[in-house]
Amino acid sequence: MTSTLRALIVASGFGAVALAGSAMAQDVKPEAVAFSDSGGIETPVAAQAGSAEAGQKVLTDRKLGNCVACHQVSTLDAPFQGNVGPSLDGVGDRYEPDMLRAIVVNPKKALYDGTIMPGFYTLDVGKHVREDLVGKTILSAQQVEDVVAYLQTLKE
Amino acid sequence: MKTKVILAASVLALFSSPAMLVTAYGDPAEAELSIDGEKIAVTAAAPEGHPFDTLYSGWLYREPETRALEEDSFENPGMFGVEQGAELWSVVEGSAGKSCESCHANPEEDMKGVGASYPKWDADSKRPINIELQIDKCREENMGAEPYKFDAPQQKALTAFIKHQSLGMPVKLDLSEGEMQKWWDQGKEMYYTRTGQLNLSCSNCHEDHSGNMIRADHLSQGQVNGFPTYRLKQSALVSVHNRFRGCIRDTRAEFPKAFSDDLMALETYVTWRGSGLSVETPAVRQ
Repeated sequence: MTSTLRALIVASGFGAVALAGSAMAQDVKPEAVAFSDSGGIETPVAAQAGSAEAGQKVLTDRKLGNCVACHQVSTLDAPFQGNVGPSLDGVGDRYEPDMLRAIVVNPKKALYDGTIMPGFYTLDVGKHVREDLVGKTILSAQQVEDVVAYLQTLKE
Repeated sequence: MKTKVILAASVLALFSSPAMLVTAYGDPAEAELSIDGEKIAVTAAAPEGHPFDTLYSGWLYREPETRALEEDSFENPGMFGVEQGAELWSVVEGSAGKSCESCHANPEEDMKGVGASYPKWDADSKRPINIELQIDKCREENMGAEPYKFDAPQQKALTAFIKHQSLGMPVKLDLSEGEMQKWWDQGKEMYYTRTGQLNLSCSNCHEDHSGNMIRADHLSQGQVNGFPTYRLKQSALVSVHNRFRGCIRDTRAEFPKAFSDDLMALETYVTWRGSGLSVETPAVRQ
């Protein structure tokens, strides 16, 4: 065996280890998300920890969470904040992270079935979903964790 | 000149909405509407079996500047469409050499009440038809003309013209005709069915949350008594099926075709939900 070939085998071995490593830290698929008996989701759905800064962008971006269309956050400098849902001021005091996560993932399961709030990381959606969105969630697992991280900063 | 001032004020209102949002929270406005001396019922007691006690026209959910535009026919930009409809009335089209006028010589009299009572049972097609479909039926059967394409400017103008002849008259459907009740039932089921990735039904916004703000929009009861409606956002007359499709699209769902059974059932049910409110066509909305 030439040294070049041996180097290649060793390198591919490392490659395999690296791949296995990333496979272990994968996002939880929407259909595999587990709710606890109390209605929360204890395990983060994303492999990486959430970023509050990124979460704030998800909250205000119309193409992402668009949360402020229905909820008010007094500290945010975002126009046209709605009041369909409750104000999020102090929401980090009112809910533990597992409940915040569960409400963002699927409030129809975490809160009550008739709530107007969409589930942002669930495939339990309405009828006749637009063709290109079938099987897709509104937010990615990472964006959910970013939002959860941001919501935890909203304390009074 | 007055028109310009009011238009400028409404443009200003659009930009100053964040401040107004604070004052616009909650209930519909307490205001009365009359157009050209015609008293418009912008509230009505709900019919039996209705989830609400009181029905409110969408006019009461709009900013004062928008409301003012509808109050005066000379300032209402939707009246251009009505005037176009009046002109189309006497335009001859099709193989029979007829116009609308050939059969309905005095539209101001002949069409009075028509707009308040549709959708109506159509025994020929065995389904409810709305004004747009009634126009097409006349065109095909009596004029030998092609039906209009959905939302053709002429279709919107004629529909607005016909409905405008019922201005101020209360919306009243006859559900005892044919199978209207069955279509009402289907429409009701649609109204409460959640669609799309956002998983929203009509009722989520317009029944559970009317009065709330969604972004800069004051959610109304979703009444259709003013359609075709002049929508400032689109600077055009907007048909009721166009609005239905827009709402369903916004839930991130595939949306039904205009005049499909689904949307005719929905129009039948939603029109009933506004029973007793006056026809306002052409209403002016955000």
